[in-house]
Amino acid sequence: MAATVETAQTVKEVAERKYKYGFVTEIESETAPKGLGEEVIGFISAKKGEPDWLLEWRLKAYRHWLTMPEPLWANVTFDALDYQDAYYYSAPKTAEGPKSLEEVDPELLRTYEKLGIPLREQEMLAGVAVDAVFDSVSVATTFKKKLHEVGVIFCSISEAVQTHPELVREYLGSVVPYADNKHATLNSAVFTDGSFVYVPKGVRCPMELSTYFRINAANTGQFERTLIIADEGSYVSYLEGCTAPMRDEHQLHAAVVELVALKDAEIKYSTVQNWYPGDEEGRGGIFNFVTKRGACRGDNSKISWTQVETGSAITWKYPSCILQGDNSVGEFYSIAITNNMQQADTGTKMIHLGKNTRSRIIAKGISAGRSNSTYRGLVKVSPKAHGARNHTQCDSLLIGERCGAHTVPYIESKNRSARVEHEATTSKISEDQLFYCRQRGIGEEEAVALVVNGFCREVLQQLPMEFAVEAQKLVGISLEGSVG
Amino acid sequence: MLEITNLHATVDGKAILKGIDLTIQPGEMHAIMGPNGSGKSTLAYILSGRDGYEVTEGEVRYEGRDLLVMAPEERAAEGLFLAFQYPVEIPGVPNTTFLKEALNAGRKHRGEGPLDAMQFLKLIRQKTQELGMTDEMLKRAVNVGFSGGEKKRNEILQMAVLEPKLAVLDETDSGLDIDALKTVADGVNALRGPDRSMLVITHYQRLLNYIVPDKVHVLAQGRIARTGGPELAEELEAKGYAEFTTAAA
Repeated sequence: MAATVETAQTVKEVAERKYKYGFVTEIESETAPKGLGEEVIGFISAKKGEPDWLLEWRLKAYRHWLTMPEPLWANVTFDALDYQDAYYYSAPKTAEGPKSLEEVDPELLRTYEKLGIPLREQEMLAGVAVDAVFDSVSVATTFKKKLHEVGVIFCSISEAVQTHPELVREYLGSVVPYADNKHATLNSAVFTDGSFVYVPKGVRCPMELSTYFRINAANTGQFERTLIIADEGSYVSYLEGCTAPMRDEHQLHAAVVELVALKDAEIKYSTVQNWYPGDEEGRGGIFNFVTKRGACRGDNSKISWTQVETGSAITWKYPSCILQGDNSVGEFYSIAITNNMQQADTGTKMIHLGKNTRSRIIAKGISAGRSNSTYRGLVKVSPKAHGARNHTQCDSLLIGERCGAHTVPYIESKNRSARVEHEATTSKISEDQLFYCRQRGIGEEEAVALVVNGFCREVLQQLPMEFAVEAQKLVGISLEGSVG
Repeated sequence: MLEITNLHATVDGKAILKGIDLTIQPGEMHAIMGPNGSGKSTLAYILSGRDGYEVTEGEVRYEGRDLLVMAPEERAAEGLFLAFQYPVEIPGVPNTTFLKEALNAGRKHRGEGPLDAMQFLKLIRQKTQELGMTDEMLKRAVNVGFSGGEKKRNEILQMAVLEPKLAVLDETDSGLDIDALKTVADGVNALRGPDRSMLVITHYQRLLNYIVPDKVHVLAQGRIARTGGPELAEELEAKGYAEFTTAAA
């Protein structure tokens, strides 16, 4: 009760205050003016009723961002981004969505059907404004109650800023600092929303957490910011994304995810990314420039990333682990599928700082059409990381004659007792395999899906059960039209 | 069941089959024997619809329909099965998954619903036991790490599960020791029936000691040089193929 009153008070104060940097923030309007600048950042912060320290942090990030060059080292090409030609804050839309599924793009519906998504969920995904929303709210409410009983905090990060400012202040930017890289820095300046999770000491989170069940999950879109803290001895599994194709009007997506695992804690983070990849010529797809990093701060902690990347025109993403605690473990399991004109430059960084830290990387890249897929990874062993071990396995599969696969592993070991292993293979999907499947009655596209799913099996097995089943279907759908 | 008329075919522009005529009735087992390079495997691939084999003349009718216009998966779903000389490995795909996909693809084609997990499991358990295979082999990825004999037995298992109308066995005996040969032959014999035809392609006669064909054809230099009963196979074993390779040279 007290917290609510306090929150309301803060909002009021922020709303009424004169912006100390010299301009007055207009918060009546629902959309920030086009473009990027301190006023827009002030607007976003005021809209969210944020405390001063957060606004200052945003502005610090913005000013630093202005000095940073575009990162151009990735193996992707695109026209320079015009940051001024975009909106950075708009209120969630109401009543503008389609009225029923009949108004939704039939192409999208066919894909939903192939994925076996129930009708109600289809309506939600397509943004149909019907009472399906009530369902989700009630499900989410039950869900929240269960989490509350064990003390797990799971809410939007905006909400956490109001209700648990001390946690947010302590951990925000502690894994991905505001000056980390151009895209993450932009996110720090203008992030609109995202998820916040705190799992208390010794608690094993009783269910998989998913943004899907988070109230107010709508429209966090473009600059999502996620912070997950697993306190000592706790465990949490978090699912992000959705196998259904997600459309969004924004071209640039620059999300930041920070994970903190304290002593004996474990975080498992699974992603299925299926943003709109653009048409066959690559027009209109999403640029997915994401910074994901986890810190294994405590001894015996563990962070495991699993990703299935099938969407976006460009994927630029390196979920990483900083293995600070002794005996801590980092894992990265990845499937990156590119088709048509898609480009993916993805991989991981495993930074071994503590003693006997271990990391394991399994990356599977599948390229089809005229697409390009690059695995880029860094395994770094610091002088103090005695007994550190890493095993990396990168496999690339090519479908057709016009795609590319690249592997760029960086290995830096400064400790003699460390053992770092790297294995890489590149193969083409074989005519023999496809013909063998077809001779048994399996159609050509199903045969491709079967062979590719086999190729990805080690990674798919890491996904939580229900996610894995959908991801397998998604693998097939992503590669439709890639043969023949 | 199968009617091949004046079949000519080329591979990479080179003529391999030069006018084959062959008719197989329902329930019949035919054997095609011949020296290396005579076109035996080419015939198997043309029947199953593999890319890279061009038919330049003649026709093939399967149950009265033009077989050559059908896609490989359609032929399979219509009951044509090829046991491969070199079964292909598919890493990461468990044998059961593969069998289930194949079986249900055929069922779908015939307008039947897919088998549910329980029905399917019961079916393959029964078939593996009949063939003396272990459940462990079902869990392994398709043909990956299988011995030569296991691969061939796996082909027979697939045939037993898919229950084809016409099975083409391409050198199923090659690379088998005598025990494996017997097991495979038992598997094939168990599948013989009044509605199922078989075309056994082999280089040696020894398989035909266990699988007794109705007719034996000698394929040499792209043509059927001679046709006879099981006794022809024994004659070939004794005399070799010299008569056929030199006659046309």
